[in-house]
Amino acid sequence: MDWSLDDLARWNDKIEEIAQECGLDYYPQEFEVCDYHDMIGYQSYVGMPSRYPHWSFGKSFEKQNTLYKMGAQGLAYEMVINSDPCLAYLMIDNPLSMQILVMAHVYGHNDFFKNNINFSHTRPEFVLENFKLHADRIRSYIETPSIGYKGVERILDAAHAISFHVDRNQRIVRLSEQEQRSHYYGALNKDKTYWDELKIKEEDEEFIPSLSEDLILFLIENSRFLEDWEKDILNIVREETLYFLPQMETKIMNEGWASFWHYTILHKLKLPPAMHVDFIRSHNQVIRPHVGGLNPYHIGFNIMAHLAGKKDMFEYEINPQIFDVREVDRDVSFLRRFLTRELMEELGLFEYQRNNGRISVSNISDDMKGWKEVRDTLIAQTGTGSIPIIKVKGIAPLNNTLQLVHEFDGRELELGYVHKTMQHIGTLWSDFPVKLETNVEGNKVICTYQKGEFTVETDSE
Amino acid sequence: MAIFKEFSKQKRDRSVADRQRHKELVKDKIKKGISDVIANESIIGQSKDKKIKVPIRGLKEYRFVYGSNKGKGVAQGTGKEQKGQVIQDQSGQPQKGKGKGEAGEDAGEDIYETEISLEEAVELMFEDLELPDMDQKKYFQSETEVLRKLVGYQKKGIRARLSKRKTMMNRIKRMKAKGIDSTELKQSEETFPFHNDDLVYRRLQVDIEEHSNAVILCLMDTSGSMDQTKKYLARSFYFMLYTFLQSRYENTEIVFIAHHTEAKEVTEDEFFHKGESGGTKISSAYIKALDIIEDRYNPALWNIYAFHCSDGDNFASDNKLAIESAEKLTQVCNLFGYGEIKPDMGYSWSTMLDEFKKIEEENFVCLRMRSKESVWPALKKFLNKDRSNTMMD
Repeated sequence: MDWSLDDLARWNDKIEEIAQECGLDYYPQEFEVCDYHDMIGYQSYVGMPSRYPHWSFGKSFEKQNTLYKMGAQGLAYEMVINSDPCLAYLMIDNPLSMQILVMAHVYGHNDFFKNNINFSHTRPEFVLENFKLHADRIRSYIETPSIGYKGVERILDAAHAISFHVDRNQRIVRLSEQEQRSHYYGALNKDKTYWDELKIKEEDEEFIPSLSEDLILFLIENSRFLEDWEKDILNIVREETLYFLPQMETKIMNEGWASFWHYTILHKLKLPPAMHVDFIRSHNQVIRPHVGGLNPYHIGFNIMAHLAGKKDMFEYEINPQIFDVREVDRDVSFLRRFLTRELMEELGLFEYQRNNGRISVSNISDDMKGWKEVRDTLIAQTGTGSIPIIKVKGIAPLNNTLQLVHEFDGRELELGYVHKTMQHIGTLWSDFPVKLETNVEGNKVICTYQKGEFTVETDSE
Repeated sequence: MAIFKEFSKQKRDRSVADRQRHKELVKDKIKKGISDVIANESIIGQSKDKKIKVPIRGLKEYRFVYGSNKGKGVAQGTGKEQKGQVIQDQSGQPQKGKGKGEAGEDAGEDIYETEISLEEAVELMFEDLELPDMDQKKYFQSETEVLRKLVGYQKKGIRARLSKRKTMMNRIKRMKAKGIDSTELKQSEETFPFHNDDLVYRRLQVDIEEHSNAVILCLMDTSGSMDQTKKYLARSFYFMLYTFLQSRYENTEIVFIAHHTEAKEVTEDEFFHKGESGGTKISSAYIKALDIIEDRYNPALWNIYAFHCSDGDNFASDNKLAIESAEKLTQVCNLFGYGEIKPDMGYSWSTMLDEFKKIEEENFVCLRMRSKESVWPALKKFLNKDRSNTMMD
C-alpha cells in the first residue's frame, strides 16, 4: 500500500477542484476502502450494502470468485452506486495512481447519475434505506412460521424469472385503457360531424388498447389468489428492477462519460511522470477494444471524446454539447444519433450471423450500405434490447388463462427457457393456464403451460 | 470534500448464507440426476474410478431469452474483417468428436454435465441411505490384504509415510549435539532448518484384515412375458443394489439365477441379454437359490441378500411351493426381496403380491416397480425396510 487515507483525501480535493471547473455537477461523494473479498461481495449484490437473501447472489459470488482466482477475469475496477450521497468502493490493493484514476472516474458516474434524465425517478436519496427496508421485509417473511425460507424462495425464484418485464422506459407515461380510448376517438373525430356521433358504436370494434409490458404489475393487480406478502415480494423485485434499469439502458454512455472525465481530469492534474505513465497504462487497459466482444468503455469513450471535439493535444475547448447529451440521451438514442460510419470503422464494428455453430461476418462498417445494418443490430442488442418484450394480452374469462404475447422482431425465443419461465409465471398465476404467442421457425405458435404440462402448438388462426 | 471510510479489518462475509443455499441446491440437482445415470450403466465390472457423466439441470436463472443458435449480433474486430468471412465453425463438430465433452445440445446450455467418478456418485446417491437393518456376521470374517502393519523405520520412502515424530526427534538430537538451546533460538533471528538426514519414513508390511462378506443372489424371471422394458427395470435395480453393497462391504459376490419353469445359474451377460420363453415356476428359482446357499455360502459366514424380479405371472399350481421356499429363504438371508415389475397400469391379474403378503417374516420385502423413476425409490424402500411387510406403489 503506497498511500494513506490522507493522500487520497488530498488528491480527491484536487480532482474535485478540476471537476467543478469543468462544470461537473455531482452528489456529495463517499469512498469506502475494501479488499477483494468485500469487492466480490458487493459485486454479487450489485453494490448494495444490504440486500434480501437469495441463492442467486451466492451463485454470483461463487462465479466471480472462481473466475477471479483462475485469473480469467480481473476485478471490477470501480463500483459506484447511484445514491445521494454517492457511494463508491476503492480496492485496498490498488496503487495510488489507480486510486486517483478510479476517483476521477467515479465523479464522472456521479455527475451522470445526478443529471441524466433516465435516473430522475430512482430517488437516490432513499436508495440505501429502501434496499435495507426491502431486505428487512423479506427477512420478516422468512421468519414468519407459516411462510418460511422455502416459501419466500419459491416466490423470489418466480419473481426473478420475470423481473425485467416491467415498463422499460419510465419516462413514457402509460395511459389507462379509458384514456387510450378517449384519445383514439378524439383523433378519429377531428372534423366531427353529427353523423360521426352515430358511427362510434360501430367503430368500437376497431379500438385495440395498447398492451402493457409490465407483467409483474399486472400479476400484482390481477392475480386473485396471491397473498399480500407474495404481492409485496413481487413489488419489491419490481421496484429494484426499476431502480437498476436506467443503469442497463445507459451502460455505454455512462462508462463513456466517466472514462472521458477521468482521462480529462488526470491530464489536468499534472501527475508526476512515473504516475502519469501508470495512469496511461491503466487507462489503455480499460479503454481497449475487446476483439470478438464489445467493450462499452471503449465505444462510449470514443463517441464521447469525438463529441467533445478531442484532438491529439490535450489543450482544446470541450464542446458544451456533451453536457446536453449526457442529460437527455440513453444508449439507444445516443448510438443512433452519434455513431457515425467513420467512428464505427475506427471502432472496428462488424455484424455477424450465427447459424448453428457457424458464425460468419454479414456486414462491415466500411460498407456504404452495410454500416447502417451494423448500427441497427448493435442498437437492437444494447441495454434492454437483449431482453425479449413480453406483453400482457389479457385474461381469458372462462378458465382464467393468462394470455401473453411475445413481440416478435425476428429473434426467436429459446424454448427450453420459455418452458421454465412459464412454469415460474404459473406459480405466480396460481397454477391457472398461461399462454404465450410467439414465432418459431417462421410459424406463429402458442406455448401453453398448465400444471406441469408445457405444449407448443402452431397457431391455427 | 468527500468522505473516506477506512478499511475495516473485521472479517465480513455477508454472502455466506446465500452461498450455502446455492451449494445445497446444486447438490440436490446432482443427486437427482445421479440415480438416472446409474440406472443406465452396464451392471458389473465397472471400476470404481470410472468417470461417469452426470447431467445437472443446472441452477439456471430462467428468463425469456433469445435463442443462441441463430440470429445476428455486433462485435468489435480488428477492422480487417471481410464480408462473408467465417469466424467460427462448429456446425460439423457434434458428429466428429462424438460425446467428447459435449454438453446437452438442445436448449442451449440448459443442461451441463459434470464428470465424477462412479464411487463419488454412489457416495452421493447413498448419502441419505442407512445400512439395511441387518447384522454383520460376528463369528467369521474373510481375509483381505492391506498394507498397514508398522515393522520399523527407514531412511528412504514416499512422502506419505514420513514419520513426523521421528523426524522431529532427529532434528532435536542434531540441535543438542551442536549445543544450541531451543529457547534462545526462538528469541533470535536465526533458524535451525530440517536436514535431509533428519527425515525418517515408516516401513510397512502387508497385514491381514478381516472383513465380512456379502453375497447377492439375483433371481430373475426370464419367461416369455418378461419383455425388454421389464428386464431393463430389473437390471437397473440390480446394478444399484450391487454398487450399494459393494460400497459397504469389501468383498461382494454376486450370483445370477435365471428361471422360467426351471432355474439355472448363469453369467451376467446371459442373465440380462438372453431371452427365454415358456411358463413360470417361481419356486424353481428359490429352490436353486437354497441349493447354492447350502453349497457355497454358509449363512453363518456370509451376509446373504436375495432379490427376485418377476412380473408375477406364476403358474397357479406353483404358488404354494413358491411361498414355502420363500419362507425358507428368508430364514437364511439377511434380506429377501420380491419386486414385481408391472409397467402397464391396467394389467392387474395374476400377481404374486397378494400371495406373498402371507409371509410374515421381518426380513421380507415386497415392492412394485412401474417405471424407471420408481426403481430408485424401490431400492430405498428395500434397504430402509420397516418392521412390517412393505408395499410400494
